[in-house]
Amino acid sequence: MAITTDNAPAPPVAGKPGPTSTGRAGDKIFLGLSQGSGILLLVIMASIAVFLTYRASLALAENDGNFLTTFDWNPAGDPPVFGIAVLLFGTIVSSLVAMVIAVPIAVGIALFISHYAPRRLAAPLAYVVDLLAAVPSIIYGIWGALFLVPYLEGLNLWLDEFLGWTYLFEKTEVGVARSLFTVGILLAIMILPIVTSVSREVFLQVPRMNEEAALALGATRWEVIRLSVLPFGRSGVISASMLGLGRALGETMAVATVLSPSFVISLHLLNPGGGTFAQNIAAKFDEANELGRDALIASGLVLFVLTLLVNGAARLIIARRKEYSGANA
Amino acid sequence: MAKRIDVSGLTAYYGSHKAIDDISMTVEPRSVTAFIGPSGCGKSTFLRTLNRMHEVTPGGRVEGKVMLDDENLYAKDVDPVTVRRTVGMVFQRPNPFPTMSIYDNVAAGLRLNGSYRKSELAEVVERSLKGANLWNEVKDRLNKPGSGLSGGQQQRLCIARAIAVEPEVLLMDEPCSALDPISTLAIEDLISELKERFTIVIVTHNMQQAARVSDRTAFFNLAAVGQPGKLVEIDETERIFSNPSVQATEDYISGRFG
Repeated sequence: MAITTDNAPAPPVAGKPGPTSTGRAGDKIFLGLSQGSGILLLVIMASIAVFLTYRASLALAENDGNFLTTFDWNPAGDPPVFGIAVLLFGTIVSSLVAMVIAVPIAVGIALFISHYAPRRLAAPLAYVVDLLAAVPSIIYGIWGALFLVPYLEGLNLWLDEFLGWTYLFEKTEVGVARSLFTVGILLAIMILPIVTSVSREVFLQVPRMNEEAALALGATRWEVIRLSVLPFGRSGVISASMLGLGRALGETMAVATVLSPSFVISLHLLNPGGGTFAQNIAAKFDEANELGRDALIASGLVLFVLTLLVNGAARLIIARRKEYSGANA
Repeated sequence: MAKRIDVSGLTAYYGSHKAIDDISMTVEPRSVTAFIGPSGCGKSTFLRTLNRMHEVTPGGRVEGKVMLDDENLYAKDVDPVTVRRTVGMVFQRPNPFPTMSIYDNVAAGLRLNGSYRKSELAEVVERSLKGANLWNEVKDRLNKPGSGLSGGQQQRLCIARAIAVEPEVLLMDEPCSALDPISTLAIEDLISELKERFTIVIVTHNMQQAARVSDRTAFFNLAAVGQPGKLVEIDETERIFSNPSVQATEDYISGRFG
C-alpha cells in the first residue's frame, strides 16, 4: 500500500527497553534489532530536518522579499524574490476542501460496511475500498484532468448560481475548472479510500459488550452507533483523517495535472489558479538553478513543519479526552 | 410495573445449530427467578430470548412465544427495540459506556426514550443511583467517567442505568461472575431490594447465589455437547435445593454431575 509515511507520528522509540533481557541470545538480537530500527528512524528524521534547514537557510539569505508574505516565486531574478504565501494558502485550502468532503463520506461508508451492509456485500466492498487506496496518485491525476475537470464545469456554474452569495463559491473569472476547489475534490476522492479503510477497521473493533449495552437499553441501530461506535472510534477516525490529510498536503502529481498555477490568493475557490507546495516544487524543480532549488527546499521545509504541526494537533485532540477513551473499558 | 413472563415452546437457533429446545415456563412478577445449569446448556441464550437480544447475534433466530402479560414479544408487529425498552438487561462483565460520565450513563436510556427536562433527568439519575446503592459513593463525582469506577461499582452503575428507564423485567446474565465476594454481596443485597419493584431473572453459575437470592430456580441441562439445552425443571428454590423432583437436578446440585 502506498501510505505515505513522511508524516508518520513521532515514533514510539528508545528509552523504554522494558524489563532487562534475560541474557538469552534471541532476546539480545531482538532488542538490538528493534532498538536499532527505532534509532534509525530518529536519525532519518533528524537528517531530513537538518538537510532542509541548511539548504533553506542558504536560499533565505539571498531572498530579497519576505519569505512568508511575498506573492511571487522568482529566485532566478535579480534580485531574487520568492515567498510562500500563495503556496501555503493553496495547500491549506485545497486540503481543507478535501477533508470537509472526504471525512464525513468516509465515516459514512465505513459505518455502512461495518454496521449496515449484509455480510455478503460488506466483504467485497471492504476489499474494493482497500484496493482503491493502493491506486497510485498519478492515475487519479490523469483521471482528474481528463474526466473530472470538464464535468465539474456544470457543478461550478450551479455552485456559483446558488451559493455565489457565500463569496467562497462566487466565480469571478471565467475559464475551465482548474481551481483549488477542483483540486480539493480530487484530493477528497484520493484520500477517501484510506480514511474509509482505517475508520472501518476501528469501527469493527468496538467491543461487542459496548454495543450490547446500548442495544439492551432499547437503542435503534443509529443510536447504537451514536452511543457506542462513534465515541469508541473517535480517536481512530481522527488518526485516519490525519493520515488522509498527510496525503492531501503532500500530493504532487494529481495537483500538478489539474491545477493551472498562478501566484494569486483568492477566496473565490472556483476561480482557476493558485498553487500548493508540492505542486510548485514538482513544476519548478527541473528548470531551477542552484538558488532556485534551495528556495524550493525552503518551501519544502514549511510543508514539513506544517505536517508536524497538524499531527501534533491531532495527538492533542486525542489525548485531551484520554480518560474517556474506550481503552480501559 | 413488573409483569409476568409466560414462555411456551421456545426454540432458539444459531444458524442451523439448535441451542435450546422447546422451553416453556412461567416467571412470576416481583420475584427472583434463577437459571442454573452446566456451561453450554443454553441458559444465557434463553435469557437473551426474553428481550430479543438473541437475534442480534448473526444467525440467531427464535421460534415460539414469549408472553409479557398479554403481549407476545415475538408477534409480527412488535419492534425489538420497544421490547428492550421494557425488558432491561445487565451483563456478565460491567459495560458502562466508556466515553460517558456516570451521570450520562444513567441518563442514557432516558435520553433515548424521549426528551426530559433537566430537573426531571437529575431526579431520575439520583433515584436510580440510590436504587442501585451507588449514590453515596458517586454523588460527588457524577461528571467523572463511569469507566473509572471499580468493577463492582461499574456493575451497580449498569444496574442503575437499566432501572432508570423503569423496565417491567430485569434480566441479569451472571452479573457477579467478574466481581470479588464483597461486590458480589452488594449486588445480591441489591437484587433482594429490586425484586419489590421488578420481575428479575438471573443466570448464575454459583449455586449458593441462586439459593441465596432467588425465589424460584430453573435447572437447565443438555444431553451431550452439541445437543440443544433443555429445561429440566423449575420449582421453588427451596424445593430445588432440598428435594428436587428430577434425579439430574439433585446430581448437579450435589456435585455428582455427569
